[in-house]
Order: sequence, then structure tokens, then C-alpha cells
Amino acid sequence: MSKHENCSDCQNPYTPHPARIIRILPQIPDHQLFQIHIRFEDQGKVFTYRPGQFVMLSVIGVGEAPFSISSSPTHEGIIELCVRRIGHVTDALFRLPPKAMVGIRGPYGNGFPVEKLEGNNLLLVAGGLGMAPLRSLLWYTLDNRSKFKDVILMYGAKNPGDMLFKYELLSLLDRTDVKCLLTIDKKDESAIWKAHVGVVTTLFDFVDIDPNDTYAAVCGPEVMFKFVLDELLKRNFAKDRILMSLERNMHCGVGKCGHCMIGYKYTCLDGPIFTYWDAINLPEMV
Amino acid sequence: MKIITLPKENLTEFIGYLHAFGEIHAPTKRGDKSVVFAPVSDLSEIELNYTRTILPLKKYFFKPVDVMFNFYADKGYEAPTEEADKKYVIFGVHPCDIHGLKILDLVSNGRYVDTYYFAGRNKAAIIGLDCIPDDLCFCRSIGTDFVDAGFDLFLSDIDNSYLVRVGTSLGDDMVKAADTLFHEVNKEDREAYKRKSIERRKSFRTEIQLQDLPEIIDLEYENEVWHEVGEKCLSCGTCSMVCPTCYCYAVFDELNLDASSGQRKRRWDSCLFKDYALVAGGHNFRAERSSRVKNRFFHKQRGFVTQYGRPSCVGCGRCKAYCPAGIDIVEIVNKLRSQTRV
Repeated sequence: MSKHENCSDCQNPYTPHPARIIRILPQIPDHQLFQIHIRFEDQGKVFTYRPGQFVMLSVIGVGEAPFSISSSPTHEGIIELCVRRIGHVTDALFRLPPKAMVGIRGPYGNGFPVEKLEGNNLLLVAGGLGMAPLRSLLWYTLDNRSKFKDVILMYGAKNPGDMLFKYELLSLLDRTDVKCLLTIDKKDESAIWKAHVGVVTTLFDFVDIDPNDTYAAVCGPEVMFKFVLDELLKRNFAKDRILMSLERNMHCGVGKCGHCMIGYKYTCLDGPIFTYWDAINLPEMV
Repeated sequence: MKIITLPKENLTEFIGYLHAFGEIHAPTKRGDKSVVFAPVSDLSEIELNYTRTILPLKKYFFKPVDVMFNFYADKGYEAPTEEADKKYVIFGVHPCDIHGLKILDLVSNGRYVDTYYFAGRNKAAIIGLDCIPDDLCFCRSIGTDFVDAGFDLFLSDIDNSYLVRVGTSLGDDMVKAADTLFHEVNKEDREAYKRKSIERRKSFRTEIQLQDLPEIIDLEYENEVWHEVGEKCLSCGTCSMVCPTCYCYAVFDELNLDASSGQRKRRWDSCLFKDYALVAGGHNFRAERSSRVKNRFFHKQRGFVTQYGRPSCVGCGRCKAYCPAGIDIVEIVNKLRSQTRV
């Protein structure tokens, strides 16, 4: 019997590993960043993953759900999950006492093809919670900066109070090795907001991108995908240079339960990162 | 392959010998019309001339509800205590259902192995039995009317005897245990088998044309048929429950009354259920019934072919036999086809 690839010490791929929530960093209302340490019986073993991969997190007695990893594998020791309180598992997660134990399985999914991205410009386009998986790729590229050409981040939120990782991203504005473009849909009068105002696609006016040596990574609400795809195609991006991170219902994470099936691909095994070319060939994808 | 014969009058005695190999399960009558796989003690309880059981064999290995773990607030997750090493002999399995198991073996294997499925599967011996199709069977078109692997023994009716193909070493042990009951194949047996084979082939009345079907499904993705079927479908999921190759499941945690321990379980799910593609926050990727019906057909006849090189359908006819709305896969395929023909 073949063994679970990411867990050579366990025969059963459904076994969650005990993991402890080390720290909780509140983000915006109903969104928290959970720093989690995964305990392996083998002390020397570390949890390795690729940007764009996800884990299945269990809250004991409540259930299990998939979460993109928001941290970069270049930061070893812990993983960070940016969670919106929206379902029964996340609701229970938010109610856990400090330093609580949870269960983690994974990492699952293909993740971003980082080797392929090397030597290219990177354009990251995120909307709302779409920043969660893209933050992993962002920090991965910044920590391996010499391997990539220009790195551009476009991130849109509804208003300043809805912006995830706001201070972390604002601190990138001063850096010369990354072009960080932040925008909010509407400026509310009381807020101090000096960056751009407008939907995320309006940020395309501020960049000059050569589609031939650029990969775009897109993640956000469904409505955003369509508009961002239009902008990218208008700029002659090849369909297989547009990478999207998709969300689906998942119960197993290992290509068995069927829920995340799109056409003939499992989001959990073949995704969650798909190219726009995949999307054209898979009905109902975007 | 080792082939021998078993005279029909010796079958009772042979079943007796099988008890040594595990608890015997076989098709038995349930009510007037239905047949189900259930434990039996002797031949008198077995319904040899059945067409299809309500549920296929998946109920043994991929159980309707399965305990995945026990969990405790203080100790975390623990594997459930292993069931004693109980063995099963499942007798009287038709070729389509053996193919159904082969498909489940395929999807349960791979990069991540479904240990729950194989825990049961590895403990069961399969004794196949050939059959005469009814109007709902279209296994011949799918190529699942015959099996050459996936069984320990396979019995084909040749009038006074069964022609017995021995598929595994365990099957051979069963034969050896009842050695005196079996005979060598003689010329008459060979001729009888060939004659029977032609008779059986002629008895297939329903056909489905599989050739180019994946391409046709792509072409007819926007066909009105999907909407029509969506209007008829009740989203009850019966077709998934009775399907030998439907393997979707839902996972849920069940808390004990002490509120500090419980079990993680999984149960059969259906892609026709409304909440199948629903994600937290309320977005439903397949909110329309027609899109769910289409997805089911698409996966079986198009998606699975791309993934595994064959459709995940064995032509057993159960989905039509048990659909309360009378939805018929053969009819749908014919409708899709006729509109692509001149």
C-alpha cells in the first residue's frame, strides 16, 4: 500500500496532526490571522509546503474545512492562516481559548509553480480575502528576490477598514524592490486614506507590463476574476500565464469525496491554482 | 486461467465449504420483487436468478456511514478500534458489479490511499456469477458484461454445470477445499459455454453508443436536454446511492452527550443534493438542479474518461430502475446524439 506523500509516518491520509494555535493576530472585523505550530512525533520533521497550497483544519468536535496558507514557506516553524468567520468551523475556531489545539492535515493542492515563475515579472492581483493565498507567494518572492524580475502587487478592498494585512502592506510602499498598489472601492469620509481609490482594475493604469515575461496570479471574489481577466487579456497575457486560485466546497482534500470537482479536475488535487487556459476547458470554473 | 466445472447438484455442498473462508453474503429475496446482498447460511436462501440487487457491493467497503476517528477534547484524534479480522465471501456477484468494484479500487487508490475502503475490501472474497440481462441492462455497450479479473472465482451457467474460472490463489484454495466436487472441463462443457455465450449476447436489448461520447457531451454542453432533465429530477440522490461507482461522501463530526468526545464520520453524499457545492458564506457553485444533473453525467461519461480512460458507469441500469422521476441515462445519451447526427 502506498503511503501518504506528505505524511510518511501515517498510513491514513485522513489523520489530522495535532497542532497548536500559537498566536492570533486580529485583522479586520471577523478576520483573524492564526499562527499555528504543527507537532510531529518526529521532532526533526518540519512542515514544508509551496505558496498557494492549503491545509485541512479540524476543530475537535465541530468539523474540518480547507484554508489557504497565508504564510511563506521561507518562514519555517509555523504556518499562518487568514480566516474569515463565516461558517460553523470558522465560528468555532474564533471561539477557541488561547493556545488551543486543533488538527491539521496537508499541505494539499498543487500550489503556485514557483520554479516556472522564476526569472519572470510577477503581477499579483488580489481582492478582499483573495490576499490570503497571494500573501504566501508575495513573501516567497520577496524572500527569494533575486530569482524574480519586477514584482507588482495590486490589492483592492472595499474600504480601508476591510484591508487585510494593511500595515504589513503599507510598509511595502517604501520598498524599491516591489511595487505595491493598494486601492479601496470607495473612500469613506472619516478614513485617512492616501492611496488610490477605485476598483482593483483601475490600478492597471499605473503599471507598464510586458506580458511576454510576466506571470499574473489572481485571487479574489468571483466577480473580480472576470474584470481582471479582461484587463490581462487586453494586455495580451498568454492564457497559461494567468494563474488563479479557486475556492470550492471540500470534505477530504485528497481527491476522494468529490465535492470540489470542476469538470474533470479536483480543485484539491489538480488545483487550487489553475491557469486561465484550464478554466476555458473546464465548464463552470469561473 | 484455470478453468474447471462444478455440477449444479454440487453447489449446495460447495457453499457449505465456503463457510471456512468467511461469512457468506449472497443475493437474497427482499419482499416480492427486490433482491439484496445479505448474509446467508445455505443455498436455499440464495436467489441465483436475479437481475440486480438494490444496492451494489460498495455498501460493504464504502459503507453508507463509516466512522473515521474517535476524538476526545484532551487526547485529540484516535483511530477507531479495528474490527476483528472478520472475513467475507460474497457470492453471486454479476460482472457489472465486479467492474463497479474495480472502479472503486481505482479511485480509492492513487496518491492518497483510502484506508477505510481497503480495510474491508482486502477481507472479502468475490465469487462471480453470470446473468441474463433485462431491458435496463446496457453493460454490453460499456464492455462490462464480461470480467476477466476482479474475482476469486467466477461461475458461468452451462445448463447442468457451472464453468468455474479461478481468478486468484484464494479462489484456488476454495476449490482445493472442496476438490472432489469439481471436474475437468470436457468438450461438451466447452461447446455448451460457447453456445450459452452466444445466447447471452443475443439477449441484450438496450444499447448505448459510447464512441465519441465525451466529445459529444462537450459539444452539447449547452443542450436543452440538461434543462429538461433538471426539471424532472427531484434531487433525491437515489441514483447516486444505488450506483456501483458513485463514491462521493460528506464528512461530519458527531459529538457524544458528554460534549468532550465523539466521532468523525463520513456518509454517502450525492452531487445532486442542493448543498453539494455550497461553500461557507452561502455561495453555491451549482445552485441550479439542471447544472447538478449535468455535472453528474459529465463526470461519469466525460470527466472520468479523461481521468481514468473509461467512463465511471458499468451499465447496471440501477439509476433508471430506481429513479422516482424515471430519468433514463440511455435516453439522455440518445437525445444528445441524435442532435449531433445529420
